[in-house]
Amino acid sequence: MPILEVQGLSKSYRQAGGEMTVAIGNISCRIEAGEFVSFVGPSGCGKTTLLMSIAGLLAPTSGRVIVKGQEVVGPPPNLVLLFQEYNKSLFAWRSVLGNVRFGLEARGDHSADAETKARALIDLVGLRGFENHYPWELSGGMQQRVAIARALAYEPEVLLMDEPFGSLDALTRLDLEDTLLRLWAELKTTILFITHDIEEAIYLSDRIWVLSRRPSEIVQELQIHFSRPRNQVTTRTEARFMEIRNDIYRRIANQDAP
Amino acid sequence: MNPVSKFNWPGWLAFSVLLLLWETASRALPGLRVYIPPISQILASLGQLLLSGAITNHLTVSLVRFVEGYLLAAAIAVSLGIILGYFHYLHSLLEMLIELLRPMPSVAIIPVAILTLGLGDSMIVAVTVYACLWPILINTIDGVRNIERTLVDTGRTFGLSAGRILWQIILPGASPYIVTGLRIGLSIALILVTTAEMVAGSKGLGFFILDEERSMNSSNMYAGIILVALLGYMLNRGFVLLERKTMKWRHGMIARGAR
Repeated sequence: MPILEVQGLSKSYRQAGGEMTVAIGNISCRIEAGEFVSFVGPSGCGKTTLLMSIAGLLAPTSGRVIVKGQEVVGPPPNLVLLFQEYNKSLFAWRSVLGNVRFGLEARGDHSADAETKARALIDLVGLRGFENHYPWELSGGMQQRVAIARALAYEPEVLLMDEPFGSLDALTRLDLEDTLLRLWAELKTTILFITHDIEEAIYLSDRIWVLSRRPSEIVQELQIHFSRPRNQVTTRTEARFMEIRNDIYRRIANQDAP
Repeated sequence: MNPVSKFNWPGWLAFSVLLLLWETASRALPGLRVYIPPISQILASLGQLLLSGAITNHLTVSLVRFVEGYLLAAAIAVSLGIILGYFHYLHSLLEMLIELLRPMPSVAIIPVAILTLGLGDSMIVAVTVYACLWPILINTIDGVRNIERTLVDTGRTFGLSAGRILWQIILPGASPYIVTGLRIGLSIALILVTTAEMVAGSKGLGFFILDEERSMNSSNMYAGIILVALLGYMLNRGFVLLERKTMKWRHGMIARGAR
């Protein structure tokens, strides 16, 4: 049984003018436990809407999402969504430790060793020594690390990530990709990742779904077989890596403009 | 700003010069002295009033009314503000009423309060509640409305109940605004207690000030005024100290230029 299944999901909006916009056409897919899967698609293809619907934060117009055999009607308990805008999603009134502890508190862990667990996670994302800093005292990359630690503290079985590294500089981004892969290997969480960066998707994933422009649908599915652990230099310079990149790029670029 | 603020020498010097001028002018001009007695005489009166306990009763009465009115207003305004900030429909329903009542000088409500509640404590507390409700209410509404949508969605994806989202996300998220409202409300509450006591009271510092004026005892009248001023100063000071402690994160954020 897949851990997450999307069946015929579509989402339409009524715009300010009264006109209907179809953001998501008809998406069906399934993810097995422990997989790292990415959606890659052009900007404005409704990726965020898709993820919000899977996370139970938006009701789909039609179709359904099933997490561990349960149909999603609200935010499911074993799934958490990590937003791109870390500066808007972290709690400015809580320290780094407080933010990470929130993940534990949210699932009802008020135990004595909750703090020890939180500190261990802060270590794991490479923020030792910053426990008592406030989010706004940290750089963007560090803030997103806090958000990742907070999400992992919740111990979700499925972690949804909405372009989490989209607003970070290129070097920080590579660094965080490796941190994420390390955490994923260690914690065995299922990850559904969204990005518009084709190479990022290839580097991270076991499987990629390429999305079309609005109304978005899956136009291609790819299995990525590079060995793990992956390496920013060797993996990315493999000939096959470039082939896949070009293949996906043509798929996205050759679509008719809306 | 330097957290350990330096002692303001020029400020204190200017203040002392002013007091000295007051003292000498009042002593030199008998005509002035009737209206403005020397500051030394006023302070002596104040000391005597405090020692004999003649003014402490009034001080306590005013303080109790202030605390009751202020806390009641804060509780009502913050709860109502959160509800109106959250439910846009309710807010648009009440918006006209709020916009109409808010700019009205609150003291105008005193006759209505006397008519309905009489001349007792409850009338004074009621007008205090009414007056300092507005800044707290308006700021709380703004605070709740300005909370990032993502922040609430974060609470939801972490499986928080509506109550916990309110308590753990909306309240702290709106707290910088709420605190601003509470600070404005503090001064307004003191103004209203004093004014209402002047209009209709038989106790309290407002009553005391007016009563001494009517008895032509200007030295005691000024003593009362100084006591109210000190009270206001100390309440404000206490508020700021408390705010610095609880809102440390916010001050750091502003100092950093982060939003």
